[in-house]
Amino acid sequence: MTNTAISDAEVGQSQARLIFRRFVTNKTAMVSFVLLIAIFGFSISAIGLGPIPGWWHYNFYAPMPTADEGRPTLSIIPEWLGGSGISLGDHPFGQTRIGVDYFAATMRGVQNSFVVIVLLAGVATVLGTVVGAIAGYYRGWVDAILMRITDVFIVIPTIVVGAVVGRMTGGLGVSFLAIALGLVAWMGIARLVRAEFLSLREREFVEAARVAGASDARIIFKHILPNAMGVVIVAASLIAAAAILLETALSYLGYGIHAPERSLGLLVSENQSAFSTRPWLFWYPAFFTVAPALLINFIGDGLRDAFDPRQKRFSIRRTKELPETTEQRS
Amino acid sequence: MLSFIVRRILASILTLVVASFIMYILTAYSGDPLMDLRGSNAPNAQLLIGQRIERLNLDVPPPLRFFGWLAGAAGCLTPFTPCDLGTDLNYTAVTQLLPNAAAATVRLVSAATILAIIFGIITGIVSALRQYSAFDLGMTFVSFLLYSLPSFLAAVLLKEFVAIDFNNWISSGDSSIGFIPTLVVALIVGAIMQALVAGSARNRVIAFAISGGATFGLLYFLDAIDWFQNPGLGWGGILLLIVGIVVGVTAVLAGFGNRRALLGAGIAGVLAYAAFFALQGLFAISTIWTIGILGLATLAVCFVIGWVIGGPDRGQVIRVTMLVGFLSSLLVVADRYLQSWPAYLASPRINNRPIATVGEQTVGLSGDMWLMGLDTFTHFLLPTISLTLISFAGYTRYARAGLLEVMNQDYIRTARAKGLSERVVITRHAFRNMLIPITTIVAADIGVLLGGALITERVFAISGMGALFNISLNRVDVNPVMGYFIVIAITAILFNFLADLSYALLDPRVRVK
Repeated sequence: MTNTAISDAEVGQSQARLIFRRFVTNKTAMVSFVLLIAIFGFSISAIGLGPIPGWWHYNFYAPMPTADEGRPTLSIIPEWLGGSGISLGDHPFGQTRIGVDYFAATMRGVQNSFVVIVLLAGVATVLGTVVGAIAGYYRGWVDAILMRITDVFIVIPTIVVGAVVGRMTGGLGVSFLAIALGLVAWMGIARLVRAEFLSLREREFVEAARVAGASDARIIFKHILPNAMGVVIVAASLIAAAAILLETALSYLGYGIHAPERSLGLLVSENQSAFSTRPWLFWYPAFFTVAPALLINFIGDGLRDAFDPRQKRFSIRRTKELPETTEQRS
Repeated sequence: MLSFIVRRILASILTLVVASFIMYILTAYSGDPLMDLRGSNAPNAQLLIGQRIERLNLDVPPPLRFFGWLAGAAGCLTPFTPCDLGTDLNYTAVTQLLPNAAAATVRLVSAATILAIIFGIITGIVSALRQYSAFDLGMTFVSFLLYSLPSFLAAVLLKEFVAIDFNNWISSGDSSIGFIPTLVVALIVGAIMQALVAGSARNRVIAFAISGGATFGLLYFLDAIDWFQNPGLGWGGILLLIVGIVVGVTAVLAGFGNRRALLGAGIAGVLAYAAFFALQGLFAISTIWTIGILGLATLAVCFVIGWVIGGPDRGQVIRVTMLVGFLSSLLVVADRYLQSWPAYLASPRINNRPIATVGEQTVGLSGDMWLMGLDTFTHFLLPTISLTLISFAGYTRYARAGLLEVMNQDYIRTARAKGLSERVVITRHAFRNMLIPITTIVAADIGVLLGGALITERVFAISGMGALFNISLNRVDVNPVMGYFIVIAITAILFNFLADLSYALLDPRVRVK
């Protein structure tokens, strides 16, 4: 190893342990990770999950009489700063035009975002990894066929095929939509994994496993895949962030999640015309769309650094032959 | 090379056919194309249903119907057979619907692509050259934010905070900026400039003071002469900006040591300045073609100037001269557009609210080329920005990573070792090699942008191809959806193909096979 960054504390630890340590010590990534979990935990605890009720007393579909034109009652400025104290009030995020509690609606949208992230990214990652692994490991005609199929799907922009698939499955519920979208979003991972497999399969440890009589499936999943895991995990995090954007965009266009179910994109789409009179109906879903996507992007960045620490080591100053000393001389 | 091209074309056609088959089946099974008629109360609904089934062959199952469509579409690829992409539910031929829709989308997407490339690459280069500076960290955060910002949110925000606020400000009549905003803008510009300079504390303070002070003075001056109601560059502004272009382009591309380049750039600048006075009369009766011919003539003249002055490094001088000529004539044309601004604002159709939030043009507005040009500009400004933001973040990251990677190479060390200046190392050695991977990314991104236009066209109510797709998909109108798909799929394939070819041209190590 030419990596000089290994400190004494890191000697004698497994590769996975080193990567985990690097990720945990990355402040931005860890804070993002905690915040992301907090957002989803909060949304689940607020309005419950499935039949389990949450601590919030309104639901996301029933209209109620509007109070104060549906203004949000959330107050976060404490009294000693001149605000009205920290309190949730009756409708913290306000109410829609017909009086539905917007806090419950937004939280439902966040939950659905979470479902979409997990299912879409999960399906796309597994499918892409399997296709890429098989293509890269077997090469030859298997590779040719699988990569042609990948090309076919890459030709269709994701949002276009997503719109068509969303129109077919949007009415069936969030899970169906997410899985269907996952089936058309796996191409990027497949190409990355294939490239990784093409290079890894030539290495000595694969040769050793083959000589020892390991089956193809064992070599792929036990020997090569763990070494390609970095690529898979980083790509999966990127897909997860893209999943939020894809689902909200499709719901905004009307091809994704349908009312009375809630999606953040749908909430923005329903309420954008009232922006000047009821801006809060735009800001809350907008915030809860951008925040998880941003946090996931930061986590992905942290994962990339953890798996490939050399990338970050480069400093442009070092290549310039000590500019400070040359400046002093001249 | 030839066999590579032929094989690629054959593979692309096969890919295209299979992809359109999938798309056709998915669209056809996504709903019921007779839905509008089934719900209709018209007395002849049954008749209409029968007619639609018969004319669109809806009784044939979609997998078979696809081959009928394919036979018609195949005619479009060969020159002597009729091009038939079918009709929509109202029996209008798709080949009639597509060109108009495509024009709006192409305008939008090409402008957005060019802007994203220019700004993305420039920001990426600066970020890389100032790695880990405040500017770099700020841009990293901004690009992450843009990655996470759905384009419909950006579009809605642009509408609310750029269009409506700007219109309110302009139409209030008293379009002064005020002291506080002027100060804030000056402070921001100063902060950005000192982050860019990023040297010793003394240099930073100087940069901050000069740029902040200049910005403040400029805004104050513009305010004082009521520039925002009567914009225009005037002979003084044009002169200053042309001098700036001459100095800036020469400094970046050739360096002041190259006297020939400076001379060529100067001559091009003087010519453009002379043209500013000479052409005003011609501009009054110009059409878009006149401007196009003038533009080509400018480039040709600048090429000749560069060729004559050239000397030992002819290519470089020609590049400098042509770029100066191009940018300066852009200024002259932009000034002519600005001259029409008061008339545009005062037009009763505009009524002092220039930035449009929907549509491609103001209904009922008529005027000369400059007025209509401004109208197109105000309509496409926001959609183009919101579409640019999609790609900008990505290009910045790739340009930054690309330049950092290139700067680490041995040939950069060699270039420095043989005593080349930092400017030459960056513009001639690093920049060009950085562009190679970027071409692939830009080409692959065209499909994403065309898809992004789907949302942008919806938010801004532009009747482009995305709108055609939206409307048709909602009615399960398969033929227009397929027409849309075939156009963007061919574009995407074509650009990927061009990317591969240019890769082979730019990087001699790559062999096509």
